[in-house]
Amino acid sequence: MVTAMLEDLFAQVRSRLSDEPKRPPEETYKCPRCSTVSPLSAFEAADHVCPHCNFHDRLDARSRLALTLDPDSFTESDAHMRSCNPINFPGYEKKQMVLRANTGLTDALVTGDGTIGGIPVTVAVMDPRYMMGSMGSVVGEKLTRAFEHATEQGLPVIVFTASGGARMQEGMVSLMQMAKTSGAVARHSAAGLLYITVLTDPTTGGVTASFASLGDIILAEPKVLIGFAGRRVIENTIRQRLPEGFQLAEHMLEQGFVDAIVPRRHMRRTLEQLLRLHGYGEVKA
Amino acid sequence: MNERTAWERLQLIRNPARPTVRDYIPRIFTEFLELHGDRLFGDDGALLGGIGRLDGTPVTVLAQVKGRDLAENKAANFAMPHPEGYRKALRLAKQAEKFHRPVICLIDTPGAFCGIDAENRGQGEAIARNLAEFMQLRTPVVSVVLGEGGSGGALALGVCDTLGMLENALYSVISPRGFASILWKDGSREKDACELLHMTAEDMLSLGVAEAIIPEPPGGAHNDIDKISSELHEFLSTKMQENLRKDIDVLLEERYTKFRKIGAFRE
Repeated sequence: MVTAMLEDLFAQVRSRLSDEPKRPPEETYKCPRCSTVSPLSAFEAADHVCPHCNFHDRLDARSRLALTLDPDSFTESDAHMRSCNPINFPGYEKKQMVLRANTGLTDALVTGDGTIGGIPVTVAVMDPRYMMGSMGSVVGEKLTRAFEHATEQGLPVIVFTASGGARMQEGMVSLMQMAKTSGAVARHSAAGLLYITVLTDPTTGGVTASFASLGDIILAEPKVLIGFAGRRVIENTIRQRLPEGFQLAEHMLEQGFVDAIVPRRHMRRTLEQLLRLHGYGEVKA
Repeated sequence: MNERTAWERLQLIRNPARPTVRDYIPRIFTEFLELHGDRLFGDDGALLGGIGRLDGTPVTVLAQVKGRDLAENKAANFAMPHPEGYRKALRLAKQAEKFHRPVICLIDTPGAFCGIDAENRGQGEAIARNLAEFMQLRTPVVSVVLGEGGSGGALALGVCDTLGMLENALYSVISPRGFASILWKDGSREKDACELLHMTAEDMLSLGVAEAIIPEPPGGAHNDIDKISSELHEFLSTKMQENLRKDIDVLLEERYTKFRKIGAFRE
């Protein structure tokens, strides 16, 4: 009987040893648009694009800058600006402390100057990881300064938008950033300078209703969400389900609010082409 | 000194008897003629535009229309404009600029309408365009929040040289209901939201959003429509005279600066 038990034990050990060494389960990415599960490595190799449906998922600001600008060409502006708590919103400071530690950002917008194909540009990139890219005092002030600086220096501006809208934790101060940024865009435009907006996931609310919609050229990434009101708000207002594909980039192109949909891997060269078509980077005769 | 809480004021401005632009316009302007349509899509009943005389001088009036009964409210979509409303406002503002008429905006909206058609016709683009264009409009603009100043839909008529608030009017980044449903997942907590949002006339003055508070008769504007109309008339006359005396380039610089300096940050 003891022999039988021992044999059983040996059998178990043998069977375990003969097994293929178990790999840790592969990490996966589930696409929020098509719900397909893909290997995370494939998603990451495609610069955060769903390998199945081509949905262009969110990117952090640093990765976006690295994909867009010439290497080592970026000089950041106003890197240390932080918001106050203008309406004493409970928990607002603490929330930001946690986000700063987790993201390495000071708020939802990174601005500065760089070059694309050697052409100097002012660039602003929203980061959806920071309070869903919402616009409060810091986003408004940094963007306004970027436009004022570009107007002064005669530079084109490229803005990558990704935002849930105005930041309600800053109350009316946030709403006023819509007017402030739109005013700065208008002055840049009046100076005859080029402004290109790139709408990325998601571009909604007070950002759609201000600087995101004011580009001379408005590009969008495939399948990203673009709209004024949120899906749930609309469904609650009109008490009906929204059609498939509503508020996606392709739909907004059909409606006439987007100039072109540009895949991430072509964005850099499309921007360079547009800059050159507007006379930037051309050798003056 | 108004002792009412924001919540009490919200109840007061929702009183069906509260005067609307249909009450104010005939009491303040003479020869008022309504002008329709955005020349692009249609005519939005939620946003009224026209020309009238203020103290004898022609002015362009743009206003969100609250209904005084269900029929009026249906025609005006409960004062929630579609993109064509904001585009009508912009068309008439550019017309005012061309003919050197000052512009008066009367704000009273829960917000821009949220719906399929509004999205498809570019609600965000329409509001954005107004913000940028009004910032550079080469004629004086005076705005007043009469009751509800709801978010971007109100701001689209709010880029101005001088903003007045009726004493009980509210102006906010998001409706108290929307705020409560996002923050607490409970839209019925409007009362708590009101106190957090800092949305009263006094708040607007201290944040630098508004320049003046227009006093209402005891108990609110509905208690004496003639009285509140004459207060509003006096405010518009005074502020318009002040703005008209300024060189237009100085005025535009001041308009830009008024919004430019709003923000709470450190570096």
